Amino acid sequence: MDGPPRSQNRLAAPHRGAHVSLGRPGGNMNATPHIEARDLAMGYGDFVVQRGLDFVVNKGDIFVVMGGNGCGKTTLMRALVGLQRPLTGTVLFSGEDFWSAAEEDRDQLKRRMGILFQGGALWSSLTLAENVALPLAEYTALTKAQVDEIVAFKLALVGLAGFEEFYPAELSGGMKKRAGLARAMALDPEILVIDEPSSGLDPLTARHLDELIVELRDSLGTTVVVVTHDLASILAIGDNSIFLDADTHTMIATGHPRDALQHGDPKVRHFLTRGGT
Amino acid sequence: MDKAAWQLDARPAGADELVITLGGRWCMAAALPSPDSVTPRLAANVRRVGFDATGLTDWDTGLLSFLGSVLKTCSVHGITVDMAGLPPGAQRLLAMALTVPEQTLPGRNNGPTGISAQVGTALIEFVRGMPAMLGFLGEIVQSLGRLMTGRARFRGRDLWLEIEEVGPRALPIVSVISFLVGLILAYLGADQLKLVGAQIFIADLVAIGMVREVGALMTGIIIAGRTGASFAAQLGTMQVNEEIDAFRTLGIAPVDFLVLPRILALMLMVPLLTLYAGFIGMLAGLLVSTTIFDIGVFEYYTETLRALELKHFLVGLAKGSVYGAMIAFAGCLRGMQCGRSAAAVGHAATSAVVTAILLITIAASVMTIVFYQLGI
Repeated sequence: MDGPPRSQNRLAAPHRGAHVSLGRPGGNMNATPHIEARDLAMGYGDFVVQRGLDFVVNKGDIFVVMGGNGCGKTTLMRALVGLQRPLTGTVLFSGEDFWSAAEEDRDQLKRRMGILFQGGALWSSLTLAENVALPLAEYTALTKAQVDEIVAFKLALVGLAGFEEFYPAELSGGMKKRAGLARAMALDPEILVIDEPSSGLDPLTARHLDELIVELRDSLGTTVVVVTHDLASILAIGDNSIFLDADTHTMIATGHPRDALQHGDPKVRHFLTRGGT
Repeated sequence: MDKAAWQLDARPAGADELVITLGGRWCMAAALPSPDSVTPRLAANVRRVGFDATGLTDWDTGLLSFLGSVLKTCSVHGITVDMAGLPPGAQRLLAMALTVPEQTLPGRNNGPTGISAQVGTALIEFVRGMPAMLGFLGEIVQSLGRLMTGRARFRGRDLWLEIEEVGPRALPIVSVISFLVGLILAYLGADQLKLVGAQIFIADLVAIGMVREVGALMTGIIIAGRTGASFAAQLGTMQVNEEIDAFRTLGIAPVDFLVLPRILALMLMVPLLTLYAGFIGMLAGLLVSTTIFDIGVFEYYTETLRALELKHFLVGLAKGSVYGAMIAFAGCLRGMQCGRSAAAVGHAATSAVVTAILLITIAASVMTIVFYQLGI
């Protein structure tokens, strides 16, 4: 997980970085905003990891959060999914203010999201089938047989057909990650938030996962927020992106990753070419 | 929400074709039909299945899992499926799910269900675990040998940290429990001794009982719950995080670095806590005797001094040391044996306490018999 950067950065001295638009803002020209971050600042106590974040994730977009180690990508993800209250600013889901909502309403909003954590975060005392079935059993009126069918289908989608009765401890890191994605997809969420999807996966499995993410977006209209370092994945699937900078503690670019690669801020190009530019 | 929004029909189209018509909303939020409503129609004379989804207004995984089951049944019966009538997105997702063949894995054995079978399995597991226990004991002995010869990779600071954790920080709970146990002993003794008018011997009972037996036993049980479980959880979490493997890859014996300080700390501190528990228990006996049973403070003090001999202290100290070693052994053993999951850490902590209490009880019985035979 990304930790806070080492340099001191106090909220008392706010600074708005220059946002360099990389063209095609929002990626999708007929876009409907699904998630909006408004002047978001996140941190721990008075230590600010990122501030001044303003961006829109449109419905049906694959939105990539990029940045170096310790820039606050995972902290941003936690603010988006309701795990960490931002220091200032807010997050809107389909126009609804998430952090100002009552706790019950926030829980309702959370159910519209599926989250894949960096390490999979599978419940170790439950089998894979039970892990995927839990949200279905809690929040749908499906029968046990139907839940079992859906679980089998979701596990098959991530290439884990036949592993239903396995416990997480019996799986490799990559398998845990895929099983975590099956759980995140269990309720067909409107928004899928994925932290480092390809870390720990071999190139072919990572590519299969990218294809699956694109297919979920195309077929079910899922909005996907991906926090990743994987350059191939960023360029292959991203419709829109932001780049978080660890030095200025704010976003320094937003737009389509390919535009970022060609015309973006030198720091972003440096990142996207693995230090080649 | 309209729960009857989905529509499903299966009609023959030609001699050997079945067309499944899907309409309305096929979403998980509503109750959906079971694939069994269609699969019996896939009888022996059906060779081809097609779909008509023109009436479909909305769908999600509810539809996909239904279709997945139908396709599996078709595959089993060798029926050709034409998915052209399905929405393109559904076709692609179904293709992705069916691309990777289902793994044929060995059957999962969830263990025996009958009580006798469970008892038998537990016994077998215990016996199977004995070599591992003896192996771990051997590693500790080797590690102690390395310590004696100055070859163990061992940080003195860790020992002091453990001593502080298991000793001074355990004083409050040891005080409370020992005081209450001393109180119970005094009342129990008074109840019987008053029958023969010998209530002054409450002092003998409490002093010898607490210093020689009960102090050590209660301290052992408290420390097993408090520190033994903590050792297992600490080492278990290190197993989960591969920290112990990291020691091994560096050529450092984890037993030297992690187990030795814990064992030494408990072997040093549990005897001292035992003496302390004895003292607190005697204070409780004094309080009960003087306030409830009208025995003078000096009288109680003199009787206690008369009853206590050096051998009682030595027996208490010996038991404390042995119990300390047992607790550390059980805690570290279960921690090092821990699996790589959160559930395994919990299991290790529980198992450490159970093992420690079992070992303490066995050791207490053996030592009591031995000391009796030796006249100590």
